[in-house]
Amino acid sequence: MSLWFVFALMTAAAIFAVLWPLGRRSAAEGGSDLEVYRDQLEEIARDRAEGRIGAAEADAARIEVSRRLIAAADAAESEAQRSEGGPVWRRRVAAIVGLVLLPIGASVAYLALGSPQLPGQPLAERRAAAQQDNSIDTLIARVEAHLEKNPNDARGYEVVAPVYLRMGRFADAVNARRKAIALAGENAQRQADLGEALAALGNGVITADAKAAFERALELDRNDLKSLYFIGLAAEQDGDRKKAAAIWMSMLKDAPADAPWAPMVGEALTRVGGVPPKLAEVAPAQPGPSADDIAAAGQMSEQDRSEMVRGMVARLADRLSQDSGDVAGWQRLMRAYMVMGDRDKAKGAAGDARKALAADPDKLRQIDETIKSMGLDG
Amino acid sequence: MTPEVGHYALVLALGLSLIQALVPLYGAQTRDVALMRLGTSTAIMQCVFVAISFGALMTAYVTSDFSVANVFENSHSTMPLIYKFTSVWGNHEGSMLLWVLILAVFGAAVAVFGANLPTALKANVLAVQAWIACSFYLFILLTSNPFQRLARAPIEGRDLNPILQDIGLAIHPPLLYLGYVGFSIAFSFALAALIEGRIDAAWARWVRPWTLTAWMFLTVGISMGSYWAYYELGWGGFWFWDPVENASLMPWLAGTALLHSAVVMEKRNALKVWTILLAILAFSLSLIGTFLVRSGVLTSVHTFATDPSRGVFILCILIFFIGGGLGLFAWRAPLLRQGGIFAPISREGALVFNNLFLTIACLTVFVGTLYPLALESLTGEKISVGAPFFNLTFAPLFIPLMFAMPFGTLLAWKRGDIYGVTQRLMAAFGVGIVAVAAALAVAGVQHVLAAFGIGLGFFVIFGAVIDLTERVALFRRPLGTSLSRAVGLPRSAWGTAAAHAGVGVTLIGIVCASTWGTERIVAVKDGQTVSLSGYDLTFDGMVQRQGPNFRELAGRFTVSENGQVVGALSPSKRTFSARSMSTNEAALLSRGFSQLYLSLGDANADGSLAIRFYYKPLVLLIWIGTLIMAFGGILSLSDRRLRVGAPKPAKVKPTLQPAG
Repeated sequence: MSLWFVFALMTAAAIFAVLWPLGRRSAAEGGSDLEVYRDQLEEIARDRAEGRIGAAEADAARIEVSRRLIAAADAAESEAQRSEGGPVWRRRVAAIVGLVLLPIGASVAYLALGSPQLPGQPLAERRAAAQQDNSIDTLIARVEAHLEKNPNDARGYEVVAPVYLRMGRFADAVNARRKAIALAGENAQRQADLGEALAALGNGVITADAKAAFERALELDRNDLKSLYFIGLAAEQDGDRKKAAAIWMSMLKDAPADAPWAPMVGEALTRVGGVPPKLAEVAPAQPGPSADDIAAAGQMSEQDRSEMVRGMVARLADRLSQDSGDVAGWQRLMRAYMVMGDRDKAKGAAGDARKALAADPDKLRQIDETIKSMGLDG
Repeated sequence: MTPEVGHYALVLALGLSLIQALVPLYGAQTRDVALMRLGTSTAIMQCVFVAISFGALMTAYVTSDFSVANVFENSHSTMPLIYKFTSVWGNHEGSMLLWVLILAVFGAAVAVFGANLPTALKANVLAVQAWIACSFYLFILLTSNPFQRLARAPIEGRDLNPILQDIGLAIHPPLLYLGYVGFSIAFSFALAALIEGRIDAAWARWVRPWTLTAWMFLTVGISMGSYWAYYELGWGGFWFWDPVENASLMPWLAGTALLHSAVVMEKRNALKVWTILLAILAFSLSLIGTFLVRSGVLTSVHTFATDPSRGVFILCILIFFIGGGLGLFAWRAPLLRQGGIFAPISREGALVFNNLFLTIACLTVFVGTLYPLALESLTGEKISVGAPFFNLTFAPLFIPLMFAMPFGTLLAWKRGDIYGVTQRLMAAFGVGIVAVAAALAVAGVQHVLAAFGIGLGFFVIFGAVIDLTERVALFRRPLGTSLSRAVGLPRSAWGTAAAHAGVGVTLIGIVCASTWGTERIVAVKDGQTVSLSGYDLTFDGMVQRQGPNFRELAGRFTVSENGQVVGALSPSKRTFSARSMSTNEAALLSRGFSQLYLSLGDANADGSLAIRFYYKPLVLLIWIGTLIMAFGGILSLSDRRLRVGAPKPAKVKPTLQPAG
């Protein structure tokens, strides 16, 4: 049965409710107050017969009720003369209202308010659909449902935490990491993961909580790479560039030649003015500053250096205005503005990025997450 | 498809209500029978459509159809089935839909059972009812639509507020709404009478069953709300004088007054103007209650959403109906012919006394509830009018009222004999005094007020009993005669006696529980025992449990009396992960009419657990009393026969006073 067929049936029922009484021609059949008073008179007689009231009181009551009865009877008579059925046009107008205005009004109101195109989606049907649906939302929901039933499954939390992190649900990620530690016991890696989530929650700032987690991780394993990197970052954020450079330098020195994290650490090292060993091999994969630029940067004064950074950012912005589909580029541009403390420009870049990527929902989602993580939305 | 069917059904109900609001009214003005009769069929059909609409929303809840935004926001697929039903009205939109459903049910009931009403009166009543319905359909469709859809149904819902995940939600709101909305019928009758300009004793007879029905539901609704708050909020209190509670108490007081003044109107054709006014006020106060609770003016567990546009919309409805009702009253009431005149010492005099005190009590609550709100909105100053204010004003009003109650039922119509009545009440006085003495002897003289409270309660209960024994002439006539009289006694007489006795029972419960209740707030360790009022409570440790959509940490306690184990208590703290909220579930153990009440506090660092342990003597009587009151209402409602007062012929004219 289609939706519109059901609507038509319902409309017909409503119209019927209006037309039906108009079609009947019988006289008025409602009750009247006469019955009430007659009942009251009978009542008095009954009470009198049972000896429940005295003769004098009964008489007085009878007279009182009789007066009401007579008045009511008079009123009913004049009533009957007046209500000899009205002219036919009244009924016709009422019929037209029911037959025309009611369905039209109801349809207009419903079409303005309702969503007839949307089918119902009860849980059972959604479950069936979700079996095929492997979207990230569905997977997360499944893991969450699993954890709801098995709240002590540490592995579940470890599986879901990085996904939360990638989706920008940092608070959930922190919770999941904490649960994993509580349930499975702590080790360096879990503490480092917790610190990473905490840092993400702080918009990239290594908060005291996050730092404590990394330090704990290093106590457990003094070579934990993730913690070392972030401790370096913490030092950089504290303004202690030398310490940061020293930490990262030592990481790179001990690194195997093909360590996948080496480019990132190298980049960080150059940012604080250090020169990574074997820079040629760990050259950044992304189009960043050239080795010469960086070598030059090492010699530059603070002012010159910030000018160079500005120049690089301007180049990036320029490039993105030509090739606007580069998500990573947009993300870097926004971050750069944020680092430079230029929130308005970062917001502007966010807006441009959204516009540029509007056609690609997947990329748009990525950029939205970045924007959210930087606190640029709203 | 189902949600859309529900949505369209609601729109059709709005269309029908518009027709019903205009056509029968015009028919009644022009005496056109066909147009007047239209209201009957549209009222029934309206009810069918709202029921379809409600059923559709309920289906969406039960099947967890999260494509309906309202379901997504207030449901969770793992909730137990009963809460999937109740969460339909555990939120703003759904509760408004329940409101209009009950309104439509009452409208259809008038259409179906109102065959004894004159056609014009019935047409007007249904038209006014349709005005109310129409405004609330618009409110729902425009500002609180429960059928808003989501294009992509989320996997999981946001869950119902955990405090509402309780059987209480299945009972309290529907009963309360039946009471609130039931008064709309009295309101419609009053307005219909004013529109017609004709009000007489028969009107009171016709409106009586509706008022009585509404009053019964409201009584039980308030009472069950109180019991729910008692065991769910974890503080062991049964009445907080919270504005939301007061909002439901006001229509109850006005409705109780209406019930009594309508009796005078029916029997003596007097107090007509006053009765009409009370009928308007009772429903107006129901609307104010709805406004206070739904607009977000008050924040509490009842406030589901605070959206200014909704508040403004309800305020407009409020102004329209209260202003319109009172305006019509001011315009038409002077035209009404006044009824008879009567003496102060008589049944009707007693009923006027009752009305006076109930109305003043209602006014007190009104002022105590709205004055702080008005003050805050005008000057920004926050004051709190709490229990002390209400206790101080309410008790002096209710004590004389309850004392007069047994006198009122024994006094004859028109001219009563106060000495005769006092003599007949001697036995009840005796019982009351014995109760006072017994209470003083047991509890000591420092509880003199409480002792008198108990005495008053017994006096009221036995006053009601004497009313019955007098009517059947027990001990004065042979037992057989008395029995046959008891059988012949109208049910409404039984109903009155039961309702009045219920008031006495409730009073005794309130006095005992609030005077002799004991409590201990302590931290216990595993195996430790706490004593309170002769009961020993032993802590047997904590246990972690997994519920369908929550986890709970429950304490296990054993209760013993004189070394004998009498039961176990297991209060718990539940954590609902979907909303990251937790609730406190108190544990109760009934001993006769008294209760032991235990709720959990926080766990301390040293492994001990804070607990609140209460002993509430005779606390159950509070709610049992209200159930007796409602039972009286049922008895009275089942009395199909019409009773008429037998006015005594006035041989010597006593001092007369005009009746309002």
